[in-house]
Amino acid sequence: MCLGVPVKIVQIKGNEGIAEFKGVKKKINLELLENVKKGDYVILHAGFAIQKMEPKEALETLKLFEELSGFGNE
Amino acid sequence: MNRNFQDEFSNSKITQMLAEKIRDTARKIKKNVALMEVCGTHTVAIFRSGIKSILPENVRLISGPGCPVCVTPNNYLDRAIALSRSEDIIVCTFGDMMKVPGSSSSLEKEKTAGEDIRIVYSTLDALKIAQQNPDKKIVFLGVGFETTAPTVAFALKEARKEKIRNFYVLSAHKLVPPALKFLAESKDLKVDGFICPGHVSTIIGTKPYEFLVREFEFPCVISGFEPLDLFQSLYILLSQIQKKKPEISNQYLRAVKANGNLKALGLMDEVFEKEDSLWRGIGTIPLSGLKIGDDYKEFDALTQINVQVEKSREPKGCLCGLVIQGKKTPLDCPFFARKCNPRNPIGPCMVSSEGSCQAYYKYGQVKDSRRSYGSVYRTLACVILAP
Ligand code: SF4
Ligand code: SF4
Repeated sequence: MCLGVPVKIVQIKGNEGIAEFKGVKKKINLELLENVKKGDYVILHAGFAIQKMEPKEALETLKLFEELSGFGNE
Repeated sequence: MNRNFQDEFSNSKITQMLAEKIRDTARKIKKNVALMEVCGTHTVAIFRSGIKSILPENVRLISGPGCPVCVTPNNYLDRAIALSRSEDIIVCTFGDMMKVPGSSSSLEKEKTAGEDIRIVYSTLDALKIAQQNPDKKIVFLGVGFETTAPTVAFALKEARKEKIRNFYVLSAHKLVPPALKFLAESKDLKVDGFICPGHVSTIIGTKPYEFLVREFEFPCVISGFEPLDLFQSLYILLSQIQKKKPEISNQYLRAVKANGNLKALGLMDEVFEKEDSLWRGIGTIPLSGLKIGDDYKEFDALTQINVQVEKSREPKGCLCGLVIQGKKTPLDCPFFARKCNPRNPIGPCMVSSEGSCQAYYKYGQVKDSRRSYGSVYRTLACVILAP
């Protein structure tokens, strides 16, 4: 039930951000984290960014996600 | 299911390499080992990864209590259902809870019967509904582990800040480490190592697991959810067993920090209070749940809204309780895939998409560990095509 998806923050307005995941944009609440910056990768859970991801490793995961797509991550 | 992926996956050099290492290490261990994946998301990811098919004969993966839906007891559901029947109440819930059978009904049945029950994606959606319906009471069903609890805590803070007085939470939040402690102490648990939840750990960090090594000498790995994460985690765990050096390894380094998410933990502390909590099928585990703390009690649906709740009973014959403790597998249940299936679930483990029974039902079970990937997918096809 608590799936987490790595997303990229492409825009920040106050404590809200716009996150992008494979081209889909979504509003996301940033209040559970400190100092989120545009370009950061975070884990999205139930509308909130719950943790930052280390950029290098996040990219790797995203690449994996892409490669694995169709295999389905809800 | 996508064929390309399958090819890509079995062609993946890293995976093959890791699979080889896993087999190698398992051979050196020379005894049977059972590893428990605590988290339901892992259960599903493990089935999807095909990892079970490369497992050496002496290594077994068993599912644990890792789905909040599965461990929420019937009296909670019965109360939620009773609340939904009040004229002036709108119940908001994550989708997973809808189909779970209570003692005599389910939220889904109540919704069909006309009760105002709304599926939300986030606690903030529920807050919005509260603002749009000032003449109704909005009850959010707070179900989830440490991953979800901070988002509920935030919503309550926000409700206070925005002076939203018609928003309530019925809390059934549960904590993972106390449940692990309970399992670790249980005599008949035959587990040689734990795959600890990834997303719970993004919040709580790695420290709350340390007692597993210190007091019980269990090998542990905190794992990510991609196939490669799982392969790597398995290798790490087996290596710990082989070297007889139990520790907390953090494979999900990119997201899990030693201290977790301090801001989220602080919010939880501010809003909730720990309490003894009933886990479906397991029993009461000391200080394993979160209730709304005194400071926020005006938002507590349990104490602020009075309803008549029917006498709860658990589904008869369902083995969920033993399944989530890793003591039985879904295949041991006489109802499995017969009377009990995702369309007509008897117990919660068949309802939740991360419940062990549904995962077994959907992805089939590979008994012979030597089978190839192909047969995993054939099993799968059989399950899907079966009338
Ligand atoms: S991610 Fe969290 S809520 Fe989801 S199955 Fe794992 S432990 Fe349970
Ligand atoms: S198959 Fe159904 S009845 Fe049996 S343990 Fe699983 S959920 Fe319960």
